[in-house]
Parts: sequence; C-alpha cells; structure tokens
Amino acid sequence: MIPAGAIIASYLVAGVLFILSLGGLSAQKTAKRGNLYGIIGMLLAIGATTLWITGNAEGLNTEALLSDSGTKTAFAAAIGVGALIGGVMAARVGMTSMPELVAILHSFVGLAAVLVGLSMYSNPSVDVAEKGSFVLNIEIYLDVFIGAITFTGSVLAFLKLRGSVSGKPLTLPGRHLINILMVAACVWLAIDFVPADLNSNWQPLLWMTLIACVIGLHMVAAIGGADMPVVVSMLNSYSGWAAAAAGFMLKNDLLIITGALVGSSGAILSYIMCRAMNRSFISVILGGFGTDGGGGGGSKSQDQGEVQTFDVGEAVEAMREASNIIIVPGYGMAVAQAQHSLSQAVDFLREKGKEVRFAIHPVAGRLPGHMNVLLAEANVDYNIVLEMEEINDDFPETDLVLVIGANDIVNPDAQEDPASPIAGMPVLEVWKSETTIVMKRSMGTGYAGVQNPLFFKDNTRMLFGDAKAVVDQLLTGLRQ
Amino acid sequence: MKIGVVKEAWPGECRVAASPKNVQRLIKQGFEVQVESGAGVAASFTDQAYQDAGASICDTRAAWGQSDLVIKVREPMERADLDLHEADLLSEGGTLISFIWPGQNKDLVDRLAARKATVLAMDCIPRISRAQKMDALSSMANIAGYRAVLEAANEFGSFFTGQMTAAGKVPPAKVLVVGAGVAGLASIGAARGLGAIVRAFDTRPAVEEQVQSMGADFLTVEIEEDGTGSGGYAKEMSQAFIDAEHALFEEQAKEIDIIVTTALIPGKPAPLLITEQAVKNMKQGSVIVDLAAERGGNTAGAVADEVVESHGVKIIGYTDLPSRMANVSSDLYGNNICHLLDDMGKAEEYRIDEEDEVVRGALVLRGGEMKWPAPVKKLAEELKKPEPAKVEAAPVAAAEPKEQKDRGPWVLMLIGLALIAVGWTGSEGFLHQVTVFVLSCFVGYQVIWNVSASLHTPLMSVTNAISGIIIVGGMLQLGGPLNEPATMLGVVAVLFATINIAGGFLVTQRMLKMFQG
Repeated sequence: MIPAGAIIASYLVAGVLFILSLGGLSAQKTAKRGNLYGIIGMLLAIGATTLWITGNAEGLNTEALLSDSGTKTAFAAAIGVGALIGGVMAARVGMTSMPELVAILHSFVGLAAVLVGLSMYSNPSVDVAEKGSFVLNIEIYLDVFIGAITFTGSVLAFLKLRGSVSGKPLTLPGRHLINILMVAACVWLAIDFVPADLNSNWQPLLWMTLIACVIGLHMVAAIGGADMPVVVSMLNSYSGWAAAAAGFMLKNDLLIITGALVGSSGAILSYIMCRAMNRSFISVILGGFGTDGGGGGGSKSQDQGEVQTFDVGEAVEAMREASNIIIVPGYGMAVAQAQHSLSQAVDFLREKGKEVRFAIHPVAGRLPGHMNVLLAEANVDYNIVLEMEEINDDFPETDLVLVIGANDIVNPDAQEDPASPIAGMPVLEVWKSETTIVMKRSMGTGYAGVQNPLFFKDNTRMLFGDAKAVVDQLLTGLRQ
Repeated sequence: MKIGVVKEAWPGECRVAASPKNVQRLIKQGFEVQVESGAGVAASFTDQAYQDAGASICDTRAAWGQSDLVIKVREPMERADLDLHEADLLSEGGTLISFIWPGQNKDLVDRLAARKATVLAMDCIPRISRAQKMDALSSMANIAGYRAVLEAANEFGSFFTGQMTAAGKVPPAKVLVVGAGVAGLASIGAARGLGAIVRAFDTRPAVEEQVQSMGADFLTVEIEEDGTGSGGYAKEMSQAFIDAEHALFEEQAKEIDIIVTTALIPGKPAPLLITEQAVKNMKQGSVIVDLAAERGGNTAGAVADEVVESHGVKIIGYTDLPSRMANVSSDLYGNNICHLLDDMGKAEEYRIDEEDEVVRGALVLRGGEMKWPAPVKKLAEELKKPEPAKVEAAPVAAAEPKEQKDRGPWVLMLIGLALIAVGWTGSEGFLHQVTVFVLSCFVGYQVIWNVSASLHTPLMSVTNAISGIIIVGGMLQLGGPLNEPATMLGVVAVLFATINIAGGFLVTQRMLKMFQG
C-alpha cells in the first residue's frame, strides 16, 4: 500500500512534465526532449491511476476501485488494443496525411470525454450527497457538450482534409442564427436537466448530446478549406477544454491542469495562425470564408490575358542561369510527394554554388508547419528553410522563384485587390523576383477558390504537370 | 498588319530597329514583316537572315510607303539621296515607332502631323516598372555604359587588372564612374569585370546600395542634399553642393586613371562636373569618357563625337556608343519594340489604347493630332494607386493592437468578477479547482507564445497526445461490474484515449526524428 499523497504527488509531477513538454516543443533543439517528457508524464499519470483503482493506495475515495474481474480484463484489453491501434496508425501514416491523423485523434478525445460524462451520470456508485448534484450536473453537461462538439467537428475536419468531403464552406442561409438557436436549445435543456438527481433525467442530456453533435458538424462545415489549419488547432483546443471539464466533474486536478494547458495552448496557436493570415479569429470560427466576392474574383480572371508556359528544358535552362533561387512549396508538393526529388535537386544546385532557399508561408499546406515537416523528412537542411518574414524582403534580389503546388499564398491580389476574399492576408511576394516558375497540375484555383493574377504576370512562366514528375524531370535535366 | 523595318539614314548609324530574331517574334505575334534591303548590314544581319526569319525584302519606298507600321531607331530625317524627307516617305495616315525626341524636334513632329501620321516615341515611354521591358533608353544606356569602358580601355595604355608578372608589377586601374544610372551601373559592372578598382558618385543617395551591389565604392561629399528627381533622373543641385563635387573630383583625379561620366538632368544641358583643374590633376595617359558629350558634356573640353587630348588626358566624346555595338543593341531595341507591340495587343487586337499609360506616354501623334506631352495626371494617378491599399491596411494594423490593449483589462476584469462570483456561491473544493484551472490556462499561454512556426505540427500532435489524459477520467469509471453501462462506457473511453495517447506520441516522435539536430 502506498499513501494517497504519493498518488497526488505523481499527478503533480505529471502536470509539471506536461508543461515542460509543451515548453520543449517550442524550439527545435529541445523538441525531442519535450516529447519524452510528455511520454513520461503520461506513463506516470496512468501508472498512478492504475495503482489507485486497483486498491494499492490508501486514503483516496474507494468508489472507483476495480473490483470486478471482468472489468479488469476489459480494462487491460482496452489499453492493449488501444495502444496497438494507435501505434500502427502512427507508424503507417504518411507525412502528407499528418493533418488527417491529428484531426481523427482529436475526435477520439472528444468521444472519450462524451463517454466519460455519460458514464459518470449513470454511475450508481457516485455519492451524490457528498458532491452536490447541482454543480456536478453542470459539469457533466458541459463535459458532454464540449466533447460532442469536438467529436463530430473533428470527424468532419478529418473527412474534409482527406478529401472525402468537399473543402468548400457550407453556408446555409442564416447559419449564425441556426447556431444561436441550437446553443439556446442546449441552455434550455440544461434548465430542465441540472436540478434533477443523477441518473434520473436522461432525456435532456441525450437530446443535448445530439444537438451538440450537429453544432460541431455545422461549425466545421461552414469553415473553408483554406482555414483548415486553424480549425484543426481550434479542435485541439476544444479537446483540452473537454478534458478540463471532465476534471471538474471528477474532482481531478491532473485532468484540470492538463486540459487547461492543452485548451489554452490550442487557442493561442489558433490565434497565432489567424494573425499570420491577418484574419480575425472570430471570423474564422464563424466560417463562410471564400464565398464573399469569390464570384467577382472568378469573372475578373477572364480578361487577365494568357499565361506563358515553360517546358522542362526551358525551366532547367532558367535554373542553370540563376544564381539565387527561392523555392516556395505548397500543398501540391505534399500531395505529389515531391519533397525527396526536390531535396536532391536542391543539393545539386547548391553544389554548383547557387544560393537556394525555401520560403515557407505560415499556412502553406493543411497544417501550420506542414511544409517544415515534409522538408525535414526529405533531409533538407533547415537552415535554408526560412519563414515568410525572414525572406519576403529578399524576392526583389532573387533571380528565380520556383513555386511548387502553391497558389493562394503567392496571390498578389491579397495586396492589390481590396475586394478579393483573401485581401489583407500576408503573401510571399514572389512576383518581385526576376522570373517566377509556377508548377501546377492545371489552371485550377487554390483552396480559397480565387483566381491568381500571378500566373498572368509577364515574368511568370507556368510549368504544368504533377509536381513529383516535373521535379524528377528537372533533376534529370539538371544532371545532364 | 504589315510592319516595315527601314534602313537608318543617319551617317554612321549601324543599328536597325529589328534583328532577324525580333522579326521571328513579330511574325509569331501575327504580324507580316518586310525589311528594306540592306537595313541590317551594318549590324551584321544579312537580307538572307531576315528572309530565313520569315520576312520579305523590299526597297526603300515600299518599306516606308507600303507598311501599316514603320519601325526604326533614329528619328526620321532629310534624305539627300532621295531629295525628300523621310516623313514624306511614310504613307498618309501611317504609323511610326522610333526615337522622336518631340521636345527637340518640333519641325519633325509638324511634318509628321501633316502626313496624318500616328507616332509613338520610344524615348517617351514612361519609366515605370511595368514598362521597363519596353524602355529603349535604358537598354541603350546599358550598352553605352558597357561600351564606354571598352572605349576607355582601348585608349588606356595599361591593364585594368593588377598583375604581378616576372617582368614586374602592374597596379590595377582605378576607375571613377560619375552618375550611377543605368549607363553608370553598366560601366561599373564592365570595369569591375575587367578587374579595375571602381568608385562611383551620384547625387541620389538611394543608389548607394546599387553601386555597392555592383562591387564599387560609393563616394560622398560632406554636404547633405538629396538629388533625387523624377523618372529615375537626378535634379539640379545647389551651388554649394556643386563646389563640393568639384573639389571631390579634383582630389580623386590625382589617383584615378579612368573617368566615365554619365550625368544628365532632363531638359537641361549636362552639368559640368570634371573641371579643367581635375583634368590637369590626372596622370598623363589617363582617359575620360563623357557619355553626356551630346548635351555639352560633363567634362571641361569634351567635344561630341571626337577624342580630344587635354593636358595629356584623352577625353572621349562619342555619342554613338550603342551603334558601335549594333548587333546587340539592334536586338535589344527590337525586343523593346516587340514588348511594346505585345502590350498594344499584338497583330490581332492591335489598338492604340489611350487608357494604357505606357502607350499614352509614348503617343506623340494620333492620326496627325498632337498628343504630346501626355497629361502628367495619369502618371500621378499611377503613383497614387498603391496608396489606397496602404491606407486601408494601415487602420487594420493600427486597430489590431488597439483592440488588444482595450480588451486585455476587460477580459481580466470579467474573469476576476466571475471568480469572485464563484467564490461567493461555490464550495471551497470547487474554488480550488477553478484556481488550478485558471493558473494552468496562464501557464499554457505563456509556454506556447514563443513557439517557432516550423514546430506547429509536432506541437499540435503532442498537445493532442497529452489531451489523451482523459484516459484517467475513463479509468475512474471502472468501479462497477462490466455489465453496468457506466463501466462499459468507461472501458470504451479508455480504449479511445489510449489510441490517442499512443498515436499522438509516436507520430510526434517520428516527426521530430526528421528534424535534423
């Protein structure tokens, strides 16, 4: 038997480890250690809790003790199977589908929060008199509410990122009103639910769960594809709040600490990203992006003239002549898995004494930092991978810019056309360079669904084709 | 549409308005091209080369009179051999694109107007960034600057680059370039390329960086005065500044071997920069190339089109430097014209669009009607254009921090009030939880705020893994037998939370492994 203080202290240590983990992840050097802290913290928390519920701790409330042998087996099986599934998923996932994985994992947290909340409500062993059902009911209600939104929202985000569902924002007429009505309905149901005793008033709780599920779906459906990184990070934040609500419900400080940590860090991350896109957080959350004025942008494109194209030979020639090259990767590079070939081409060019750098837009790809992950995977020296602020002033002195599968993040309309849906979003000013080669599969628009006048500029050349195939051909051409 | 490329009549002019390469391009644009026989000979382009490029060859009168559009380099002039003016060779109502200098050539413009001609002057193309590819003044100045150094090298009795030979040591030549416009920068580049030590002077402080980027030292005078004028040119300076300049050059002249001057002020005679004293101060055998000789020269004693020797220093006043490299200057000039025609809609949609400020700027006559000079308003508008965007952006940028400042205290106050309200009603245990919660929020906020953007994805996946702590919640629900719904829900919660924990940490590990140390 170990004293209860030891369990509590383990929780405290786990909480501190989680904080160190997040802190470690904020810099390249300490990131690996940060992850390790997180793992240790989690093992400690699970270990301490296991000791507690298996009755090896003194002085803690005993209602949660694992007594039934069937439950013991089920618990062990759940842990084993869960770890196996999670491990296989993580080991198999391609770096390009990372956003999807993160989104689906969020949904699991949301689902777990809902299940814990419902379980708590139905648990006959909870001592109502001691806890006071009024506050507890509010806590259960909130936990289930946030959990359900996180769950369905993440599932839809996962489907959108996977491409199973169109990335276009769904904008029902009066969608804000619909949201308000649904929230109001939940509040109304709460008035009925909260005063009742535990396990006695299921109907409002289940109705609310259903409505919250719809809110989660509707909210993510209204958010356009270009804002997906923000959505994922926002759902991350929600999953934290859900855990915190569960902590209140269970009077468990570790859950509260960790949930609040994740919740606030996710919120900050979303805010940082919105700031990078120069958009207000509220307008991203409310959604509907890419619809206002999008039609105008489309029709304007008609009279923008013709694009000038390059074939691979001409592009190779241009790369040979340039001494200062900047590469702007986008989602197209990720989809085509072109990063490895690109990395080889970059090595080749650098051996020839050319200055080659990467310019990464904060929202390039479908997750913030997505491009950094892919380039790191392909062994690109991260000293030549620069953020937008670091490199944007260098474009005028650059001979050649290669835009690979990026669109909205290099759209000059963001600066020049106040009517554009992406107006005000900071963009990489590639058009200021001497020549820009844009590699694209087709003349299609980007995730924001707006036309890009960059393609029609005099110093822009289009190079059509699958990014990987084209980069391979460029590499062959360069080596000849 | 038929374009006529005519032979230049100006004595000694070797350029032609289009090279065979340009002709190919014009034909690709949809034009039909005819070239006056022998038009390109002086620039080493044979008639055969033009024919191979797809043009037809014709005589003088046909090239002028039977083309919808005549392109040439120099402004039209009196033809002694034909006993008439070239303007009269142009078909009535025809179009001409060439250098015109309408300010200096009023008579010529009147003559062309009498022919009801439409005339676009290459020298009047506005110097805005969009029109750079059509700017023949720049492309010619570039060539002149390069050639000036070669002419100097030709007259200079030594190496440009310093050499250490068995026979002895030769110091590198020191070159001073005065006026760092397009020509000046080209001179710097050429002189640097030959290995000389180059210094440059300009009254516009903004060009210092360009000068340094070309590898030259930027000279300054002690007086602060900004000489930036309009259209990329310099403006006239005060007397005190000019005196300081003279003193600087006189001092520099003692060690400088070669001076290239390129200083021009629009609409004024070239400023005298290299005084007689400065010339005297130079070593015997030094060379000065005065690119402004046509407009009176920057150097005391410079004579247009001649090489004169003064105090043992050769002063070169050639005004035909681009023509001395006729092959490349014809090609680049032709490219400028091709770009202009591109802008005007190529052959199919060819039109003179007065809304297009490049075309409007270059337009001197339209069907004989005087259009020059273009109203300045247009240009001013163009300059203003980017501003609305800036103005709009500014309040946004300004509003944001303000909003934050305003919101901060309010939020804190609300949280404070809420906490007090909770404390009033809630139990002690609940208040303890709220304390933990709020403090954790702040810790999260502080920890995340400085995260590097490249780590956003791993950070997100690790926070995701950590939020799997909900597993503890599931574990605390396992008190009952398995057939109780509460327990079953708890087991399922544990399952999903475990997937999340294992997946989240492992995938983070994988990602971080890829970031090299």
